[in-house]
Amino acid sequence: MAAPESVAAAQQAAPELAFDLRFTRGAFTVQAAATIGRGVTGICGPSGSGKSTLLALIAGLLKPQHGSLHFGHDTLVDTANKRFVPAWQRHFGLVFQDGQLFPHLSVRDNLLYGWRRLEPGTRRYELRQIAELLDIAPLLDRRPLQLSGGERQRVALGRALLYSPRLLLLDEPLSSLDDRLKQQILPFLKRIKLETGIPMIYVSHALAEVDFLADRVLTVDAGRLSGAGATR
Amino acid sequence: MNLTPEEWQALALSTRVAFFATLICLPSGIALAWWLARRDFPGKLLVDALVQLPMVLPPVVPGYLLLLLLGTQGPVGHWLEATFGIVLAFTWKGAVLASAVMAFPLMVQPVKLAFRMIDQRLEQAASTLGARPWRVFATVTLPLAAPGIIAGTLLTFSRSLGEFGATMAFVGNIPGETRTLPLAIYSYTHVPGGEAAAMRLTGLSIALAFVALIASHLITRRTERLLGQFDSRGRDGRA
Repeated sequence: MAAPESVAAAQQAAPELAFDLRFTRGAFTVQAAATIGRGVTGICGPSGSGKSTLLALIAGLLKPQHGSLHFGHDTLVDTANKRFVPAWQRHFGLVFQDGQLFPHLSVRDNLLYGWRRLEPGTRRYELRQIAELLDIAPLLDRRPLQLSGGERQRVALGRALLYSPRLLLLDEPLSSLDDRLKQQILPFLKRIKLETGIPMIYVSHALAEVDFLADRVLTVDAGRLSGAGATR
Repeated sequence: MNLTPEEWQALALSTRVAFFATLICLPSGIALAWWLARRDFPGKLLVDALVQLPMVLPPVVPGYLLLLLLGTQGPVGHWLEATFGIVLAFTWKGAVLASAVMAFPLMVQPVKLAFRMIDQRLEQAASTLGARPWRVFATVTLPLAAPGIIAGTLLTFSRSLGEFGATMAFVGNIPGETRTLPLAIYSYTHVPGGEAAAMRLTGLSIALAFVALIASHLITRRTERLLGQFDSRGRDGRA
């Protein structure tokens, strides 16, 4: 993994994510504006409050009706100018609640799915490093169905990291695991934070998880965002 | 089995017609199935019903409509002949088209169901890993829909082998040109002393249908296992 100085440099250089978005589906509206810097930003809120919708908007999986989203100097959404950069061009990693590993591929091929799409010069990590970091080396030749819940989530984390994301989005990555497994995975998340310097947004309804990892916490309630960094 | 040259001819023609009919249905069926499974548009119900229509109509009706439309005096048939020199009515190519029309719902239905069963978050996961839409389709959607596509392909092939009514109405019963296996059986039952030949071809048809259905079952199961939808420990992979 990277030396501490280069991690510190990466954290210093991490671009800001700034957004002001409005998305409506049926009677539900998410309206959120914030400027998020380096480190881990926790987003908390009760079930159905719009946390996952907000993350999907940031990832580019949903198209907002109004607003803008910038990452550093890149404008990824600007509805006034009809600009929308889709998920596959954003270079953000996303870890889903239940991993969403490809069932037809081995763990190794899952891990390398995004990595293979990168220009060799832009790959920040190798399979061996990530397998070591997340302790998944013995699982590489297995199929996702042969993994436990905790193993699946570690592979999902590894898959997102190997894609060398500019921003790592975590959508309740531990919510489907029991407490024992949560306690196993949380240290891995902390290691990712400390050893990679990739800015992260960690969405969860469990305040204890967010407190353990996050440098700042935003709250979503009924589609509205508030807290340090929220600009509306 | 000792078949006469005419019987071999019917078998070879049936196989050729079924092969090309399946070849037509495969890409068009996958495209339409995806469209019906994943997109909402006005008139979707109507398109869906139109696709299924040949399944519930008497087979001779689509055949007759094909003749009206694509016969040499029909508007499209006349244009095809005048512009490209293509004649479909009363030719083996017409038999391919009639078979494809009748078997098309059997391709679309299982493939549509397979597309609907795929968790779309898997496709989203692929797109957040830098895969553009066509690559997501090729590397995630299509492999996960493979059991449905294989089942649809084998059903289409089997249905085309047995196609009778539409073929008879559109391309007739011309030995060596449009007399497929079912038409040959029909013809033998109408000539004195043809019972033995009809019996042989009936046996052959049953054997072919059995082989196709068993192959469909085995290939689908094997593909599901390869895709990780089954494993040796049970349906959902739990011990």
